[in-house]
Amino acid sequence: MDLSVINPILLIAALMSAATPILLAATGELVVERAGVLNLGVEGMMIVGAICGFAIAVESGSPLFGFFAAAVGGALLSLLFAFLTQVTLANQVASGLALTLFGLGLSALIGQSYVGIKPPRLPDLNFGLLGDVPIIGPVLFSHNLILYFGLALVAAVWAMLKYTRVGLVLRAVGENHDAAHALGYKVVRIRTLAIMFGGACAGMGGAYISLIRVPQWTEGMTAGVGWIALALVVFASWKPWRVLLGAYLFGGITQLQLNLQGAGVAIPVEYLAMSPYVITIVVLVILSADKSAAPGSLGRTFHASN
Amino acid sequence: MTHLLSLTGLTKAYPGVVANDNVSLHIEPGEVHALLGENGAGKSTLVKMIYGLVRPDSGEMRLHDAPFAPPEPRAARAAGVGMVFQHFSLFDALSVAENIALGMEDAPKMRELSEQIRQVSDTYGLPLSPDRIVGDLSAGERQRVEIIRCLLQAPKLLVMDEPTSVLTPQEVEILFKTLRKLSGEGTSILYISHKLEEIRTLCDAATILRLGKVVGHCIPRETTARDMAEMMVGKVLTSPKRSGVTPGNPILELSGVSLPSPSAFGMPLRDISLTLCEGEILGIGGVAGNGQDELLAALSGERPARAGMITFKGQDIGPAGPNRRRGMGLLAAPEERLGHAAAPDMSLTENAMLTGAVREDLEQGGFLKWPAARAFADRIIASFDVRTPGPANAARSLSGGNLQKFVIGREVLQRPDVLVVNQPTWGVDASAAAAIRQSLLDLATKGAAVIVISQDLDELMEISDRFAALNEGRLSEPRITKGLTVEQIGLMMGGAHGMEVAHV
Repeated sequence: MDLSVINPILLIAALMSAATPILLAATGELVVERAGVLNLGVEGMMIVGAICGFAIAVESGSPLFGFFAAAVGGALLSLLFAFLTQVTLANQVASGLALTLFGLGLSALIGQSYVGIKPPRLPDLNFGLLGDVPIIGPVLFSHNLILYFGLALVAAVWAMLKYTRVGLVLRAVGENHDAAHALGYKVVRIRTLAIMFGGACAGMGGAYISLIRVPQWTEGMTAGVGWIALALVVFASWKPWRVLLGAYLFGGITQLQLNLQGAGVAIPVEYLAMSPYVITIVVLVILSADKSAAPGSLGRTFHASN
Repeated sequence: MTHLLSLTGLTKAYPGVVANDNVSLHIEPGEVHALLGENGAGKSTLVKMIYGLVRPDSGEMRLHDAPFAPPEPRAARAAGVGMVFQHFSLFDALSVAENIALGMEDAPKMRELSEQIRQVSDTYGLPLSPDRIVGDLSAGERQRVEIIRCLLQAPKLLVMDEPTSVLTPQEVEILFKTLRKLSGEGTSILYISHKLEEIRTLCDAATILRLGKVVGHCIPRETTARDMAEMMVGKVLTSPKRSGVTPGNPILELSGVSLPSPSAFGMPLRDISLTLCEGEILGIGGVAGNGQDELLAALSGERPARAGMITFKGQDIGPAGPNRRRGMGLLAAPEERLGHAAAPDMSLTENAMLTGAVREDLEQGGFLKWPAARAFADRIIASFDVRTPGPANAARSLSGGNLQKFVIGREVLQRPDVLVVNQPTWGVDASAAAAIRQSLLDLATKGAAVIVISQDLDELMEISDRFAALNEGRLSEPRITKGLTVEQIGLMMGGAHGMEVAHV
């Protein structure tokens, strides 16, 4: 066993990249759930985003265009969920599960001719001199645009929820849809927009996996990241910064355990492999012990009766 | 002269029912106008049309002599109509200021808004801190949030839907002072209630609705409450009567019942002691959330107490569960009709089975006797005049008053020795309420003891022999009802809950 092969700087830089798909998907889902909708289709939207982004990036040669297409693909798929739950008032849990299954199948169909192809690479941003600063440079200034976008998104969602009227209305709709309706807010419209935002974020998260983390396409390559993102939202008590913490914790321990495996630590691989899940959940459960509760209308079907 | 708001020939029909039929109504500037009617008379539909939540099928509304047809509440608010809802319009997890901002068109920055809230609450004697979370507020304080939300928009017409149902007498007084001050400043108020005495003290004019039609106008100060009630119901009312019974032997005894709060928003019971005699009705008043639900749960056995705390017919039933207590003759009907007293999506027969199985012998060796349950449900429907097509209908499909009659009837017909009811006539119209009260009185006349927990003081004064109040989970010493004054009752209820008397 030789722990000296683990380079902490590379480890931190890698964890930020590993956490980004979860971070994007969970931030989107957080907005959806704050609006009172439980969309269990995150995994499905991610995988559809992964293939849409991959296909368009390959066809157009532009990874950024691929990410844009992934967002559109995820949002379009989420519209199906919005139609089922907001218009036909179907059960949200069942619709979300169906969306995941549908997304897995649809992505496999679209992806048939893309197996074994390498996508164009998204370059890291060049911060000039900043990138040469020891430690801080490689940790903070050696990443691609989408990673910074993910961080900015967390900050933007946090500020939106806390300081803007849009955020207040969104929280109100999620807290008590009957009261929001009585005040004249368009519950269904607001929720549909939130669902599409969640779909777009999940799609980008998926594309981050297929274009950057594992630059290739294989069926089912999101491998449960969507479910982790869903769990993260709950354990993060629906708070954006805690989602970031949870995602980095999860990404960090994932990287660390891979490095530990490489270093030949005398712990069975299975324990190492499960550690990111266990530790993330334990930490977030401890954090969520304060009295913050789920949005009051979460998962409840809204029917405007008058 | 021009009216502030005038409605002419408003009609709104829903499939199978005409909610408002050719309703006309005029409100003058600065007038406090009462809208009276039983449940289902069409009051809320009418108000929803004024507030833009529902569009009339035909008829005309004019505000300040200009056509007024708000397509949505936003438009109504912009035109100067504010509404204080009975339910559903506050967000528990948000702060007072956030709640108020949601009801405004262009809310100012939070800091300025908080300042405005403080100002308005000082001016109108409604103390309220803008930073508190609404979930932690009392019912009276929640109502203040809604009122201030309306007042910040300087409305010309304020619609109030049953505003006093959850307030202590002192809080009602503060509210009335505020409303009088508002009407003195020229704001009109449309006041919906079925508490007739309140309407007589507060309102300048009244319009009475029955089955969607206007059946009369009156000046409340010059009309007796009884006449108004009869116009509302459309028949002569008989007030509940009972033949005098002298209380018999003690049957139920609570000694030092203390239970921790069941949830974060609940109330612990603190050292409740009480002796109940056969043939007596004990009324328990108090502002909602002071331990009413918890006391009922402790009595029904939903939350068992410790040994020695509750003695019924000489036996210790402290740790006994609901079925054992039911078997012995201690029955209870909780407050919430949909979800607690009845399972909303189950049929009336199934609901009759749920509490009647033990005493009405509706099961045998684990198998259910459906014919017997149906017969029991039929019996409840017949003897309590429950209006429903039949016992196969879901509980949810009944109107509030009818379901309440069913829920109370179901327990009364099981011949209880002690019956505990919480809010037996909440949201129930006058004639159904009278029927329910009469059935409780009849039960006591036959020798059963009854505990009535209620927010409605008039009801408690009318039917109970002794009165006690719950405050912060403590029960006051029961006192003979006859001769109690409103001031004494208010003091028993703990005054106005930490509020200063309004300086209006």
